[in-house]
Amino acid sequence: MLRLEKRPSPSRFWLYATPPVAVLLTMVVGGILFATMGKNPFEVIRTIFWDPVFGEFAFYLRGQLLVKAGPLILIAIGLALGFRAGIWNIGAEGQYIMGAIFGASVGLAVFPTESRLIFPVMVVAGAFGGWVWAMIPAILKTRFNTNEILVSLMLVYVAETILAKASTGFLKNPEGMGFPGSRNFSSYPAAANPELIAGSGLHWGGVAALVTGVLAYILLTRHQAGFQIKLAGQAPRAARFHGVSPTRLVVMCMGISGALAGLAGLFEVTGPAGQISIDFNTGYGFTAIIVAFLGRLNPLGIVLAGFLMALTYVGGEMASTNLGLPDAAIQVFQGMLLFFLLAVDVLTNYRFRLAVGAH
Amino acid sequence: MTGTETHGGGVRPELLRIEGITKAYPGVVANSDVSFAIGEGEIHALLGENGAGKSTMVKMIYGLIRPDSGQMTLRGAAYQPGKPAEARRLGVAMVFQHFSLFEALNVAENVALGMENPPQMRELSARIRAVSEEYGLPLDPSRMVGDLSAGERQRVEIIRCLLQDPKLLIMDEPTSVLTPQEVEILFKTLRQLSSEGTAILYISHKLEEIRSLCDAATILRRGKVVATCTPRERTAREMAELMVGATLKTPERRVAEKGEVALGVSDLSAASPIPFGTSLKGISFTVAKGEVLGIAGVAGNGQDELLLALSGELKAAPDKVRVASHAVGDLGPVERRKAGLVAAPEDRYGHAAAPDMSLVENAFLTAGVRKGLVRNGFVDWAETRRFAEEIIAAYDVRTPGPDVAARALSGGNLQKFLMGRELMQGASVIVINQPTWGVDAAAAASIRQSILDRAGEGAAVVVISQDLDELLEVSDSFAVLNEGRLTKPRPTEGLTMDQIGLMMGGAHGMEVAHHVG
Amino acid sequence: MDFGGINPIILIATLMASAVPILLAALGETVVERSGVLNLGVEGMMIIGALGGFVVAVATGSPFLGFVGGAVAGAALSLIFALLTQVFLANQVATGLALTLFGLGVSSLGGQGYNGIKPPRTGPLLPDALADLPVVGPILFGHDWVVYFSIAMTAVLWWVLKASRVGLIIRAVGESHEAAHALGYKVNRIRLMCIAFGGAMAGMGGAYVSLARVPQWVDGITNGQGWIALAIVVFASWRPWRVMIGAYLFGGITVLQLNLQAAGSQFPVWLLPTLALLALAGDIILREINGKNYSDLRKVFYFFATVNALQLLYLSWGKWIPMPVDYLSMSPYLITILVLVIMSAGRRGTANGAPASLGQNFHASR
Repeated sequence: MLRLEKRPSPSRFWLYATPPVAVLLTMVVGGILFATMGKNPFEVIRTIFWDPVFGEFAFYLRGQLLVKAGPLILIAIGLALGFRAGIWNIGAEGQYIMGAIFGASVGLAVFPTESRLIFPVMVVAGAFGGWVWAMIPAILKTRFNTNEILVSLMLVYVAETILAKASTGFLKNPEGMGFPGSRNFSSYPAAANPELIAGSGLHWGGVAALVTGVLAYILLTRHQAGFQIKLAGQAPRAARFHGVSPTRLVVMCMGISGALAGLAGLFEVTGPAGQISIDFNTGYGFTAIIVAFLGRLNPLGIVLAGFLMALTYVGGEMASTNLGLPDAAIQVFQGMLLFFLLAVDVLTNYRFRLAVGAH
Repeated sequence: MTGTETHGGGVRPELLRIEGITKAYPGVVANSDVSFAIGEGEIHALLGENGAGKSTMVKMIYGLIRPDSGQMTLRGAAYQPGKPAEARRLGVAMVFQHFSLFEALNVAENVALGMENPPQMRELSARIRAVSEEYGLPLDPSRMVGDLSAGERQRVEIIRCLLQDPKLLIMDEPTSVLTPQEVEILFKTLRQLSSEGTAILYISHKLEEIRSLCDAATILRRGKVVATCTPRERTAREMAELMVGATLKTPERRVAEKGEVALGVSDLSAASPIPFGTSLKGISFTVAKGEVLGIAGVAGNGQDELLLALSGELKAAPDKVRVASHAVGDLGPVERRKAGLVAAPEDRYGHAAAPDMSLVENAFLTAGVRKGLVRNGFVDWAETRRFAEEIIAAYDVRTPGPDVAARALSGGNLQKFLMGRELMQGASVIVINQPTWGVDAAAAASIRQSILDRAGEGAAVVVISQDLDELLEVSDSFAVLNEGRLTKPRPTEGLTMDQIGLMMGGAHGMEVAHHVG
Repeated sequence: MDFGGINPIILIATLMASAVPILLAALGETVVERSGVLNLGVEGMMIIGALGGFVVAVATGSPFLGFVGGAVAGAALSLIFALLTQVFLANQVATGLALTLFGLGVSSLGGQGYNGIKPPRTGPLLPDALADLPVVGPILFGHDWVVYFSIAMTAVLWWVLKASRVGLIIRAVGESHEAAHALGYKVNRIRLMCIAFGGAMAGMGGAYVSLARVPQWVDGITNGQGWIALAIVVFASWRPWRVMIGAYLFGGITVLQLNLQAAGSQFPVWLLPTLALLALAGDIILREINGKNYSDLRKVFYFFATVNALQLLYLSWGKWIPMPVDYLSMSPYLITILVLVIMSAGRRGTANGAPASLGQNFHASR
């Protein structure tokens, strides 16, 4: 019989091997799933993982990769800091929406003024919107010991209601002939977030994501705050003994992740989405949770994981149009990836041994 | 044919025979070819240092783990319990040292969980009352275990065992949570049980206790039986040397001139942040430069809380705690370290150290401030690694290197590392809770020696410990924590065990019951 | 007897039915958490149960088999969680989230082709004659069997957890897995069974949504009810009867909110803080009686009292604050947050009745 046994020290090998192994396992089991749906699994896997980068339409799809990866990376890095500290903000979707609404409101309020300052102010407002939304669970946790998981999640539903009201009410395009949705930022240059290099898909959100990745990596490995985040997550009592204030840590981690999610929302709504609409949010806030774990809660890993997850989005859309694969299949695929990751992760700290005798 | 000799010369029928038991874990052989026998009604000591394999042995007898090889025989029949329930059915019961009570459940529920077919709660409560009176161990079945003292908790465990009429009662380090008076009462109960025919397997490393209580002793060292003897016929020193395998050196102390007050605590009260913890009530004491203050007390009387209050994890009004003339009562751990006060908590895994982090990171955990390892908020990891290596060299920490996880080290080695971390920071005040808990004798001696060395250099040291012998050895003055209150410190020289016992609060209201019983 | 266009008797009868999904799921989760496991995948298990129940009911034509199917589907999904957390020792929070994401995906994938189909109806259990009685009829006798089942389960679980041996063992494992292991209880096996039970209950609750509440198949049909169930477990301090009170409270708010939205009526906003104030006052009194600490709670009380005073002042000018109907749909979530705050304020550590090992994995070392 196999038996789990704790390793004396965490395994370096499995720390890095876990994500690729999980991806492989997901491809195998996902392939079987696609086969049962009557699709050729090899064709589907190729469409999702190969074609967007090297296929016929790669020149266009590669740009799409960065468009999708940007917000995922930005949100996931913020979440990862919290997860490392044992602070579970799972309401990034709501913070993303509120960031977009705050930022867009600032831009739309001064329409049609043209000024170089407008977009930077919108960026700040977007980050502020996400931050405020994350501060609600943070302060309720520090003041009243309220569970941040549930509160941050409830606030997603609240944010969605506000979004619906925004796109049909207070931010509705007065010239939109009654259709829901705000003005389109692509026709308002001072507030738009255009592609920086044509065809690359790179907009300010992508830049912010890559820069944040590097900064967060430095924070975690070199800075005292990074040490405190890791310590609080692994051994909360040792963290207090070290001198970490739990309150400050919660406020800091929730604040950073909220602000980053808000930024992602602002960049999305002013760039790729173009306008506030009832369903401009596409669940990045939740997918980012998978990205954070897939990247081993390590900022550089998250950058890689963000691109991989973007691949499943872009490739999934291809598979949907070309092969008729339902969109939901991709969602299942992503969920499966997280399961395998969590399962394989056991090997970092434990090993399997053949038990001699029973028990 | 079988039987063991009693001290009275009569022969007891044999109850349990252990033959050639071996149990190995990766990297360590916990028991190697262990054999001994226990007669009915015999009080048999299993003696050995921490890590000698005592706990592994009794866990096999109790069915928690299975031996790799060897046999056990209970009353002549093969005995191979696959799980504790089976052991209990065959008349083997165990009182644990840690981890077997549920704080949020009441006494009766705790007892029921240790029985196979417990009766209805009402009937069980009545039986608990009856048995507790019969053996002089008063206990209220409806009380929450979390609210009980350490001694009372032990009674819960003992009564849980007694309700099942055990033939063999295993007791793992039972006196570590008792005052000297409570120990006497426990021994009375155990002798009563023995005279009624219940055999007792008594695990301990305390030699005087074993000499006064036990009929026979099996001594383990590194998993092997090194001797079997009748404790009354041996001196404590002889048994100690058998147990340790070397002659022990008692620490030397340099007599330091007592300087001015380095740590002053005045009327410090604090609610416990620990569930079912003990609040501190009006603690006052001072420690001078070069002085070692020993604080004794039974577990759970506020030791952890006192450490938290001194380390800065638990804050108070500014002038409640002073380092030299500096009021630090409202400061956190970082500022207190800056002021010259370092602290070492008891729990190594998760409080004093982060088990999954490397020794380098664990060195940074407390030494960042005093060793100047932080610049503009950034950590100087190269310098931290040098400090970790210094500790490893100076305190003889056995480790492949400073990058292994703390959890990979044995308890004793990790403790040496953590003691080194605090003692090598050049602090003026050092507070340590349980410096040698779970550490083998040689390492314990070296830790005590370095504590005395620091005091000799002029540091004020507070040692909180449940090991009275240790405190008498290192401390200049002596005080006792009892239910969150601290007695007035007295000079250690000239204190008798009886006086200490009274300082510790006697037997927590049990005398009455015993006079009756 | 109408109240702003709403009949209170119908309201109570409807809220009992509308609370069933949350009640069943929260009862299941109560058992899971009492055993020391935090399964955040309730939403995922509910929606899988909703789909499983729907598919089976449509295929067999039997609503009863539908509920069985929902329970089986929920339990099956929960076994993935059990495998990951109890065997592979994965982080419970992360695994629970994964379970929800996965469940939402699978239900969306598997539900294709079921849109627009009517499931077989689950009728009232008792004869119409009883249900037609005035007042008590609709409230006590007019329901389908699942409503009675959910109430019965509340009583059964209350008894099991409080007085039975099985309940004692579950509580023991949740309090201290170390101690339970030392006494020879198979911690992970006991937890696994609790997780499966929780999955079955959540699945059945989900099936009630798709078979009785809506009743048809819609993507994302459970709409966050699993999360509310999780909040209710906290609200209820892990006690079955309080879970029922919590579920009915939320059922009531949901029904009220839907009715108001439909009626497009002006909703007296001040009712919400007033209700909260009453709940708080009740809680403070309860804690006073039990001699527990409530100093943090007092601040919350003063806060709401101030809000109330301001609104009453406003009302005394004879105006109602118009509540935009569009915002009403967020009220269940806002109130969940409010209640969570009230229940957790001033109760730190295990004082709120949370099992001491909640969320921690157990691995028997030596």
